[in-house]
Amino acid sequence: MALSSQDVLAGLAELVNDETGIAADAVQMEKSFTDDLDIDSISMMTIVVNAEDKFGVKIPDEKVKDLITVADAVNFITENQA
Amino acid sequence: MKQLKQTEQIKFSRIYALGAARGDLAVTNDEIAGPIDSSDEWIRQRTGIITRKRASADRSLMDMAIEASNEAIGKAGIDASEIGAVILATISFPYQTPSGASLLAESVGAHGAAAYDISAACAGYCYGIAQADSLVRSGVAKYVLVVGGEKLSDFVEPTDRSISFLLGDGAGAAIVGPSDHPGISKTVWGSDGSNWDKVGMTGSLIDFRDGKTSWPTLVQEGQSVFRWAVWEMAKVAKEALAAAGLEPEDLSALVTHQANTRIIDELAKQLNIPESVVVARDIVDTGNTSAASIPLAMHRLLAEGQVKSGGYALEIGFGAGLAYAAQVVELP
Repeated sequence: MALSSQDVLAGLAELVNDETGIAADAVQMEKSFTDDLDIDSISMMTIVVNAEDKFGVKIPDEKVKDLITVADAVNFITENQA
Repeated sequence: MKQLKQTEQIKFSRIYALGAARGDLAVTNDEIAGPIDSSDEWIRQRTGIITRKRASADRSLMDMAIEASNEAIGKAGIDASEIGAVILATISFPYQTPSGASLLAESVGAHGAAAYDISAACAGYCYGIAQADSLVRSGVAKYVLVVGGEKLSDFVEPTDRSISFLLGDGAGAAIVGPSDHPGISKTVWGSDGSNWDKVGMTGSLIDFRDGKTSWPTLVQEGQSVFRWAVWEMAKVAKEALAAAGLEPEDLSALVTHQANTRIIDELAKQLNIPESVVVARDIVDTGNTSAASIPLAMHRLLAEGQVKSGGYALEIGFGAGLAYAAQVVELP
């Protein structure tokens, strides 16, 4: 069964926490990965690859740069999950 | 009809010795941070580099290649005249032709040896070891000199935030010869031309001649390269280990191309490398020296006594092309 946006947000927050140590509850929909959460490009790619595994979704390289906010990522995953 | 004669196969090969030469200048992060609007802390966090070795104007790629080769030849205890082939892996030799390898062969006393350059960027040294292994075992050459040599500082753009600030200069050399036991495992190698433009130059020499671009310098799409270098190369490294009949715990060292410590650390994690295995991190004060980085890193582990001769090292090179190669070698 497809996960809801809230489920995806919770799962993504865990991945962000694993990679960067940022508290999961700080990972909120309106936050920018770069400007608010200070996640660099290499950590972002690690989170993307782990998200692909976790949610069964393919996130192409050219799409990664469009994932500006947490909501961008949550929406993409929710709409494209297997 | 006479029967064709073909060479007798030699069963095994190994690396006899390594040599190393680095740029003579230690360039700090502070010295290069200004033009990329960065800082020592930013560069350390994202790359692990504290300084990179660069060569001054009067120290050429060939100077470093000769120095490294002479050390390897001396340590191998062979006569340079017994070297049947010289392979120079490089992307920064400043002549399209003739090859750097023929000048190198002549300079180190390997007069008349077959000599050629190969262009496989950061995978070049491992490509060279694959070829040397084949040349020795097929009986075409008794000994092969393989050198990864770069003066990348000739091809950097101080304002480039993608790769220039990582790069250093140096040369690493290996002598490969016949062995009575297995010393170089089957090479797992390949290329991915669909990502040809992910690491490369800002333009061609023709574009430069025609005034369409400034002096061509190195550039990369770092985020895409990171994904490929870790997750795709982990598969290649696992395949190379399997081909060698080994498990990660059988290794003494993991010597990856020294691209970025974040790649090295994540790759080691993906490979489940145990703590008993030394992970080479020569990049910290040498920088990324493309084809030279693997022999330089391995030479250092041996010189510092971090690993012993006879142990096994998984070496994996990956970079522009995209090209990659991995093999397990017995440490000389």
